[in-house]
Amino acid sequence: MDTIDIIKPENEVFCKTPLMTDTPLSYCPGCGHGTAHNLAMEVIDEMGIVEDTIGVAPVGCSVLAYDFMNIDITQAAHGRAPAVATAIARCWPDKYVFTYQGDGDLAAIGTAETIHTCNRGENIVIIFVNNGIYGMTGGQMAPTTLEGMKSSTSPYGREIESMGSPIKMTELVANLPGVYYATRQAVHTHKHARKAKKAIKKAFENTRLKKGLSFVEIVSNCNSGWKMTPNESNIWMEEHMFPYFPLGDIKVNGKLK
Amino acid sequence: MSELKLMKGNEALAEAAIRAGVDAYFGYPITPQSEVIEYLMTERPEQRTGMVVLQAESEVAAINMVYGAAGTGKKVMTSSSSPGISLKLEGISYLAGAELPSVIVNVVRGGPGLGTIQPSQADYFQSVKGGGHGDYKLYVLAPASVQEMADFVEDAFDIAFKYRAPVLILSDGLIGQMMEKVNLKAQQNRISNEELIQKYGDWAVTGKTNRARNIITSLDLESEKMEARVHRLMAKYEQMEKEDLRYEKINCDDAEYLIVAYGSSARISQKAVELGREKGIKVGLLRPITLFPFPKEQILALTNQVKGILSVELNAGQMVEDVQLSAQFKVPVEHFGRTGGIIHTPEEVLDALEQKLIK
Repeated sequence: MDTIDIIKPENEVFCKTPLMTDTPLSYCPGCGHGTAHNLAMEVIDEMGIVEDTIGVAPVGCSVLAYDFMNIDITQAAHGRAPAVATAIARCWPDKYVFTYQGDGDLAAIGTAETIHTCNRGENIVIIFVNNGIYGMTGGQMAPTTLEGMKSSTSPYGREIESMGSPIKMTELVANLPGVYYATRQAVHTHKHARKAKKAIKKAFENTRLKKGLSFVEIVSNCNSGWKMTPNESNIWMEEHMFPYFPLGDIKVNGKLK
Repeated sequence: MSELKLMKGNEALAEAAIRAGVDAYFGYPITPQSEVIEYLMTERPEQRTGMVVLQAESEVAAINMVYGAAGTGKKVMTSSSSPGISLKLEGISYLAGAELPSVIVNVVRGGPGLGTIQPSQADYFQSVKGGGHGDYKLYVLAPASVQEMADFVEDAFDIAFKYRAPVLILSDGLIGQMMEKVNLKAQQNRISNEELIQKYGDWAVTGKTNRARNIITSLDLESEKMEARVHRLMAKYEQMEKEDLRYEKINCDDAEYLIVAYGSSARISQKAVELGREKGIKVGLLRPITLFPFPKEQILALTNQVKGILSVELNAGQMVEDVQLSAQFKVPVEHFGRTGGIIHTPEEVLDALEQKLIK
């Protein structure tokens, strides 16, 4: 098969989902957000539910998610995406409603909304991208910043005594009865991305079956904020983030693992 | 069928919301407006009309729930009282910026801070001068009776959808808590999802069909686009001033003195006007029903006729600034009002008029 044959539509074995727009991503090269966006959009596309899907974008790096996701989408105030999604799901019980949030949004300013939305067991999907830093505002400490990790507001490293410990949101919400599915994934390798996609698919299936809240955390990198090359950041993530935020299912079908 | 009932202002508002075919209410308890959500929870509107009622974890969550539902084209409202409205202001600014039809009710209590749970009108500035951040205004309706608490729900939604903008019903603890007879309108049907998509499908997020995606946001990182958005908002406010100003004039035809008052102060001032007339003082009352738009021209026109204007408010002097601006300093404009939850009597109002303007 030569090049001409390869690009023939009938020989196509992989293509970009039409649910991703052609707008160039505003994320730094090497960032995991683009992959996470793509996986969510592929799931919605493959399930054939775009006409019934309403997304909620956060404030943070993914504030412009609506530029890249070719779906109906609302951009919420900082931390309030779960409240926004709650109302949409209550008013449109047959729709697939999901939020896409970062760690500052979901685990700091929006903690109350996160906890109570999970506790009510709203029939929505929360996709939580945890990269341990505030990327959009220039690399400040997040609630999930690891001990000793340097950021612009923890320039000498996070001190547990004065700044508290990094918060494990997925374990926290998994303990609430309203949460039906809680899992932690990653997207930096093909293997991880495939698993993450399966998890996202399971989450949307749970919405279809009206099982309540599905919480999918994606531990990701922030090479710019961490001041590393993309590759270095992925290695650092595996060596430091994964031991503290271990990957895998935490709660499946309403049962803690 | 319409129905005549004796009800509290807060309850009348809640019942009117069900009857107006409101799709959803999100709220958080706070005195003196908790009867709104209590009434709704007791009435089981999800059984009566399918209306969604949810007690949120905070006023912040409640207003953002309003934002979420409003973005899907639903008829959605919330209510609170002063400290709770302060918490909602960020969300209200987002509603204005994202151009979402919605209704917010403030049953005002005294402030600042935790203040008092007694009635007040001290949130005038917050209501008509923005309150939240950025260039925006709210269309503000000020009910002066239990009947208006009920009627203004539908009126507020008419304006909210006409302009795709948040509307504020600025009540107070007196109007919210007092009981009066109220004529409740017949039950209206809620809009069906099919009709909603047909009417608002060009902007509401209801799931992307074979059209371009709809996006609800107040963000425009390109300055020119953001300025265009601000200009679009300002054009709405100009149109509101032209088309939807509401006010009431009582005994103004031969008035030599004018009281300007809204809400509960207007009710008290109406009695003060009667008492004044009995004493031979030719005094009239102008009641702004909308606080934005404000009856600027009507006040200016009356300066040709009256010798002085008294702005009567349950606060330390807020609306008086707008009355002064409207009167363009052509006649003396004074303020009278009690604070701290104390409600002035008609006698006190008349006395203030005599002391400050007649002497």
